[in-house]
Amino acid sequence: MLNIGGLHQGVVIDHIPAGGAMRIYDYLNLDALDAEVAIIKNASSKKMGRKDIIKIEGPITIDLDTLAVLYRGITINIIENDEIVEKRGLRLPERVTNIIRCKNPRCITSIEQELPHVFKLADEKTGVYRCIYCEERFKMK
Amino acid sequence: MRHLISPLDFSVEETNELLSLAEEIAADRSRFSHVAEGKKLATCFYEPSTRTRLSFEAAMLNLGGSVLGFSSADSSSAAKGESVADTIRVISCYADICAMRHPKEGAPLVAAMHAGIPVINAGDGGHNHPTQTLTDLLTIKALKGHLDNLTIGLCGDLKFGRTVHSLINATVRYPGVKFVLISPEELRLPGYIRKDVLDANHIEYKEVDVLEEVMPELDILYMTRVQRERFFNEEDYIRLKDSFILDTKKMRYAREDMLVLHPLPRVNEISTEVDKDPRAAYFKQAQYGVYVRMALIIKLLGLEVPTC
Ligand SMILES: [Zn+2]
Repeated sequence: MLNIGGLHQGVVIDHIPAGGAMRIYDYLNLDALDAEVAIIKNASSKKMGRKDIIKIEGPITIDLDTLAVLYRGITINIIENDEIVEKRGLRLPERVTNIIRCKNPRCITSIEQELPHVFKLADEKTGVYRCIYCEERFKMK
Repeated sequence: MRHLISPLDFSVEETNELLSLAEEIAADRSRFSHVAEGKKLATCFYEPSTRTRLSFEAAMLNLGGSVLGFSSADSSSAAKGESVADTIRVISCYADICAMRHPKEGAPLVAAMHAGIPVINAGDGGHNHPTQTLTDLLTIKALKGHLDNLTIGLCGDLKFGRTVHSLINATVRYPGVKFVLISPEELRLPGYIRKDVLDANHIEYKEVDVLEEVMPELDILYMTRVQRERFFNEEDYIRLKDSFILDTKKMRYAREDMLVLHPLPRVNEISTEVDKDPRAAYFKQAQYGVYVRMALIIKLLGLEVPTC
């Protein structure tokens, strides 16, 4: 496996489905981030066959848990002083704004374009979210 | 500031308090006839629902308050493209409390998020209609004396009927409530309500398609309309519709203290001959609907109630 030097301080976004790294890059707007970013594509993975990885050097203030709307299986490794200090899955955010769009044609958001699309976590176990206006269901993949 | 958007916005204690106040009102209306003097209720109805609107207006007038509003989208600024958020900001300058009906789900919630006054959901599409649920609860509480330990029969369109879904959600909060679900196969209660509400709360229930058989078990029979357009073909509709029409013959199987409720308007699902039966409570239900809205206005506005 191609090795990009380890991080001194930063975050490794691991277990991204192969081909998904750029979507995350765009979603987190990493282009605008003034930090070293390494994207590793098609790394081999026992669990997934192929996977993508993103490494970001430096302190991170972005809320990575919202990545759950893209790929729920992602893991996050937090690195400090060359060591992994935290390794975890994504925590589903309680509330997401303008990330999931409500598709219910009877919902008020269908006629009022300026309303934010807000979904609240309804069931953590199953990853089910509901539109705060009409309770339309959305399940994280 | 409190609003009433979903039937479960109030806790069981708050609901009980509201129902007790409504019962006090029912017992002595005159004591409450000035409590909302100088206050205005805005009825913002983006779709017509004369019955609900008049019930709200009657409630406010009974309290000595006054009413203003609109009763269809084309007579309102919505026709000119104004958002619900902007409309409610303006209405907040004109009135002290607002009852909103809207064809789109969630519109009253949007209003509540931007309002300077309490907002009551008076029906948002097929979604919520909390004052109907409170009306049903008050009717049962006032005529039965309690909301726990009841066997409630729900008959008709259990698939699309939102009043039925809300009533289930509201009554499972009381101990010892059982349900008998009476409907044609095609209009059974949706699986998610059976699973998330009935099973999750360990509520006893059964599903049947013949009304007569279960009549003797019921404390409450809640009738809803079976609409022709819900059926795939005319034969099924004709074959099934009589099984879900309540008439005096079927009433013979019922207990003497059973109550028949219906959210109204009825079409033909309760034969008019049943109206004379003392167990028919659906017109009293309309009266309780005014009392419960009076209680709700008093609560949301925090009005002083004179002691007797
Ligand atoms: Zn929605």
